[in-house]
Amino acid sequence: MATDVSAYEEMIKGLWRDNPVFVQVLGMCPMLAVTNSAINAVVMGLATFFVLVGSSFLVSSFKTFIPKQVRISLYIIIIATFVTVVDYSLLAILPAIHKELGAFIPLIVANCMILGRQEAFASKHNVKYAVMDAVGMSGGFLIAMLALGSVREILGVGALFGVDLFGSNFEPWVIMILPPGGFLTLGLLLLFFNWFTERRRQFLIKVADADRVLAVEKVDAQGVKDNG
Amino acid sequence: MDNLLWIFISTLLVNNFVLAYFLGLCPFLSVSGQLETSFRLGLATTFVLVITALCAWVLNTYVLIYAPYLRLISFIVVIASTVQFIEMSIKKLSPSLFKSLGIFLPLITTNCAILGLAIFATNRGYGLVEGLVFALGAGAGFTLAMVLMAGIREETEIMNVPVLIRGTAFNLIIAGILSMAFMGFAGLFSST
Repeated sequence: MATDVSAYEEMIKGLWRDNPVFVQVLGMCPMLAVTNSAINAVVMGLATFFVLVGSSFLVSSFKTFIPKQVRISLYIIIIATFVTVVDYSLLAILPAIHKELGAFIPLIVANCMILGRQEAFASKHNVKYAVMDAVGMSGGFLIAMLALGSVREILGVGALFGVDLFGSNFEPWVIMILPPGGFLTLGLLLLFFNWFTERRRQFLIKVADADRVLAVEKVDAQGVKDNG
Repeated sequence: MDNLLWIFISTLLVNNFVLAYFLGLCPFLSVSGQLETSFRLGLATTFVLVITALCAWVLNTYVLIYAPYLRLISFIVVIASTVQFIEMSIKKLSPSLFKSLGIFLPLITTNCAILGLAIFATNRGYGLVEGLVFALGAGAGFTLAMVLMAGIREETEIMNVPVLIRGTAFNLIIAGILSMAFMGFAGLFSST
């Protein structure tokens, strides 16, 4: 039972508290390059999901056989194999989106989030934890991609997943779907995330203070009662 | 010749690797604190990019026509080992050069600009000379973006920036404005 709870925690932490994009600021390159529409962002997120879960599974299954000296090269080869699988599958299933994502599908290999998880987590934990961690981390990545892609598509085209939102009176902010829009949107999202984290910290401090004051008052009251 | 010039200028300014394709963002956001370091990192990256273009051309012409599905894996393995090999030879031959550029080399090999260059050059079907010019343009563009960014960041050191926005968020917004400025170059080749 206890192990189930902690495996669940390994999964949840990637979604928000240790979110790979907002907190660890990893995997920026695909993050910004393909989020000009929500559907591209989702496809890229799912591709990353498959690669990360697959390679975490493989790395943690074979961790006892991998020699320490060549581990990084082996991780990269494992990741590259999964990326090749994704590349060819997308070409077969969704040729239109594959064409739009273009060179950025092979570039999933260079996403430092994936290699980072292998080195920091999958190579040290058993299969179950490694897969849970990979699901959480890539889930967090997918959420961040979706957030960025939606904002950019809504502002830049006035649509979401290709569905028109505002009618013909909306003047699209073309800059949002161009490269500068990616930098600006991610910058502002990070700013929002910082603000939110800071507010939460302040709140927790306040709660802790209030608790301490309460505890002190209680002790005082107890003391008064005892003396009385 | 016109074609080569076009490739160089377009990768340098219009399709800048960092500001238009988002390649090589990790060093762009983390190492660009000082002007001097950024410039040297840019030079080292240009060097690796040229070697990459060479490796990609050799692989594409002699190996990958027989096994196209091995493209990604062979690019990574060959580029990484070539850079490692050159790093060792520089260390042996010229310790002073190694001191100024060598420490960046392992860091650069894992950079997505390197793999991106190999894949872009393959997708566009560049030959050897075109590939080399493409690599030079990409390296010069990367250096330019790094130096501009470092210059701006050195200026902002003395500014009173709110605590919340300091760090990556601030750098990203600067990069956004820089990227917007670079979009002005897009009109340079409107006729082609």
